[in-house]
Amino acid sequence: MKIIYTDSLIIGGGLAGLRVATGVKERGHDVIVLTLVPPKRSHSAAAQGGMQASLANSKMGEGDNEDVHFSDTIKGSDWGADQEVARMFTHCAPKAIRELAQWGVPWTRVQRGDRQSVINAKKVTITERDEAHGLITARDFGGTKKWRTCYTSDGTGHSMLYAMDNKAHEDKIEMHERLEAISLIHENGRCYGAVARNLMNGELVAYVSKATTIATGGYGRIYSVSTNAVICQGIGQAIALETGVATLGNMEAIQFHPTAIVPVGILTTEGCRGDGGLLLDKDGYRFMPDYEPEKKELASRDVVSRRMTEHIRKGKGVKSRYGDHLWLDITILGRAHIEKNLREVKEICENFLGIDPAVDWIPVRPTQHYSMGGIRTKFTGESQTLKGLYSCGEAACWDMHGFNRLGGNSVSETVVAGMLVGEYISDYLDSDDSDIKINTAVVEEALKTEADKLEALLKKENGEDAYILRRRMEEIMMEKVGIFRNGDDLQDAVNELSELLKRSENIEVFRSKSKAANPALVNAYRTQKMLKVALCVAYGALLRKESRGAHSREDYLERDDENWLKRTITSWESKEQVLPTVSYEDIDISKMEIPPGFRGYGKDLTNTHPDSQERQKIVDDITEKLEAKGASRFDIQNALMPFIDKLPKKYQGINERLGENV
Amino acid sequence: MSEENNRILKISILRFDPNDPEDFPHMQTFEVEEADGMTLFIALNEIREHHDNSLKFDFVCRAGICGSCSMLVNGTPTLACKTLTSKLGVNISLAPLPLFELIGDLSIYTGKWMRYLNQHLETWIHNKEKELNVDKLEERMEPELADEIYELERCIECGCCVAGCGTIQMRQEFVGAVGLNKIARYHLDPRDMRSDEEFYKLIGNEDGVFGCMTLLGCEDVCPKSLPLQTKIAYLRRMMIKTSMK
Repeated sequence: MKIIYTDSLIIGGGLAGLRVATGVKERGHDVIVLTLVPPKRSHSAAAQGGMQASLANSKMGEGDNEDVHFSDTIKGSDWGADQEVARMFTHCAPKAIRELAQWGVPWTRVQRGDRQSVINAKKVTITERDEAHGLITARDFGGTKKWRTCYTSDGTGHSMLYAMDNKAHEDKIEMHERLEAISLIHENGRCYGAVARNLMNGELVAYVSKATTIATGGYGRIYSVSTNAVICQGIGQAIALETGVATLGNMEAIQFHPTAIVPVGILTTEGCRGDGGLLLDKDGYRFMPDYEPEKKELASRDVVSRRMTEHIRKGKGVKSRYGDHLWLDITILGRAHIEKNLREVKEICENFLGIDPAVDWIPVRPTQHYSMGGIRTKFTGESQTLKGLYSCGEAACWDMHGFNRLGGNSVSETVVAGMLVGEYISDYLDSDDSDIKINTAVVEEALKTEADKLEALLKKENGEDAYILRRRMEEIMMEKVGIFRNGDDLQDAVNELSELLKRSENIEVFRSKSKAANPALVNAYRTQKMLKVALCVAYGALLRKESRGAHSREDYLERDDENWLKRTITSWESKEQVLPTVSYEDIDISKMEIPPGFRGYGKDLTNTHPDSQERQKIVDDITEKLEAKGASRFDIQNALMPFIDKLPKKYQGINERLGENV
Repeated sequence: MSEENNRILKISILRFDPNDPEDFPHMQTFEVEEADGMTLFIALNEIREHHDNSLKFDFVCRAGICGSCSMLVNGTPTLACKTLTSKLGVNISLAPLPLFELIGDLSIYTGKWMRYLNQHLETWIHNKEKELNVDKLEERMEPELADEIYELERCIECGCCVAGCGTIQMRQEFVGAVGLNKIARYHLDPRDMRSDEEFYKLIGNEDGVFGCMTLLGCEDVCPKSLPLQTKIAYLRRMMIKTSMK
């Protein structure tokens, strides 16, 4: 059996994993990245619209800074976010984008002078400042006060991922492609790497490492219709869960994106609406202003998705053989704009719908899109319960998104979290704490356990068809754990998923018994793991009797801060369980810089926490006193909720902006 | 979603498992009922799910942006995910892209080839001498130049241009249009400090820009419609000038 030793094992070769790898390597440690597909094929490439960073270069971004970005993020999260983490994030986002600029991302730039734009269905002229010419520009996205989403045409994720992978080439980082981690190696509350399977020849390899990072992205593919790439199956979350020690956070927090095309579920970027596109119903009527007079099409994603679903339920959807949908109209933006700034959208429309979006409306409906939940970590990215295991990016619940993520904050999180977690891991690797103390016999045992499981799957006869189980799981998740949720449906979902999980022990790998590249075998073991992830989502949703962010209960309409201002923590302590173990972690109001309040969309349905007002008063008092003394916004912020000390020294500096700190 | 009068597609696939010593390359035909808006992604998944779950092929984004699913469709290199079956006849033949290592059936290891290429051509920004201070304003760039760089950066390393290339049939070390396009991209980028002479060392030979026979196969099949021939012609002129210095 093969054992490979390394300082740092990184599972996942997307933006987050690559950024951690670069950080750790540049601090002088060995790194191996395991990746299902060549890194440039990762789902990160699919991010079209952009990356939020408060540069404030463009005219409509003027006045933006970390404070505004922070406030948008907290409101967007419906107060589910960890505010210290969100602060760390907004402080470092401008640094991350500038680093990427140096590494080769050709960010779209500010062009001085007049330009035409569409705002609220009207053509307007925006005059860009001379002094901003050539700096990185930004577009509008949902739920943000300023235009903050920086982009490269509509291939932002692509250009970021390519720059990052090329950086990894420069750093000579070892990539083990088409390798899948199928279990974690751990002993006495400490993670020591992973057992991985080579997807080309079937070989099992044990990677023993001082630090292990899971950066495998989200788990959208537990749903039947998802914008996620087909590799986003939640296997990273599942192998963490299967340790019985590591925990997952907020798994029920699932975001639906308002505008995926029908039927295939491929995303059209939020940039379509950000740039001025409109949502129309079967009568060609623009309905969003009726529901959200202020933010209209650009309310946060959870809100727009629900409004669209509500409107469809009123019979205003367009009938199709794939179910009802609505229209996204970007014709108003004009062909020149579409062909330059929304070219991917145009290509998707041509290739998959056979339409020209400069002339035709695009059929869209809300579709599973993002996983706010994931492996629960501390602000350092380390698991709270399994030492030596780190996670970042969409795979993690670092918890800057709470219960709803703002568009443009996820690609931003991948690089910012990667940048920070790479430093924390390096600190850990520099300390004696990280010494490997595991016996080779234990590693061999871990390998043997996985080999036996695979062998059993291949030997099984007269068993279950993994595809049938998986498709049923996907349907249940879509129908019963979707945009609107209720107790009855969720209970049904949990019951049936538990049944499917039991049945999955009897999966037979039909026809194909090869131990090497064998898609049937892969589907078999992944289905077993995906069912556990699905149960964490459904059970967490059943127990959470409130509506917060993307989690919307028809039978509990209130956001119930009094009882539910807490994170859901799930674990899977014994192999015999058919349901996860669920506990909760309080979100402490007394430490909040922005105590819970009204998000500013729709009707205010909040059961207010008794401590909110008290904390608000403290915040107001401190702010008032310091303002009177002429204190800077940094001093005030520091007095309310200090976070700078938590950052690695090299990232503590104040960000320059035009007209500020230059 | 069965409907009357739907076409029955006969999809013939080149099957071969190099891990199985008993196996040999052969064609196998599957019948699939066509559905509205069906792409080869949907058809192949249906075959795997309902007919033969050992069928090997690669898809990741299934939206034409990741470059995983390139294959020969009726002999032409293209992305299977964005190929609508309605644009094809009833008889469809699928084969893996040539030249890349075969994993099995339609699945190939483009990643290994591209890794070698990227390392060989050093496809990253060379600006070591510049100290990066992430607190400071970013360096300015002319908006048109940023757009031009992005135009070339849209390559998705799918390998179609390599499969469509005549030179590479004879010269295995040829860097292909994908490699030359990358050099054009870095040459254009003011952040990359490499001199023309340094670029010449990388591609000023028959494995580089002077190997190209201008057959235009690469540009014909590029799924991103990159201006490959224009860029190769430009590089060739530039390299000739550099060699005469």
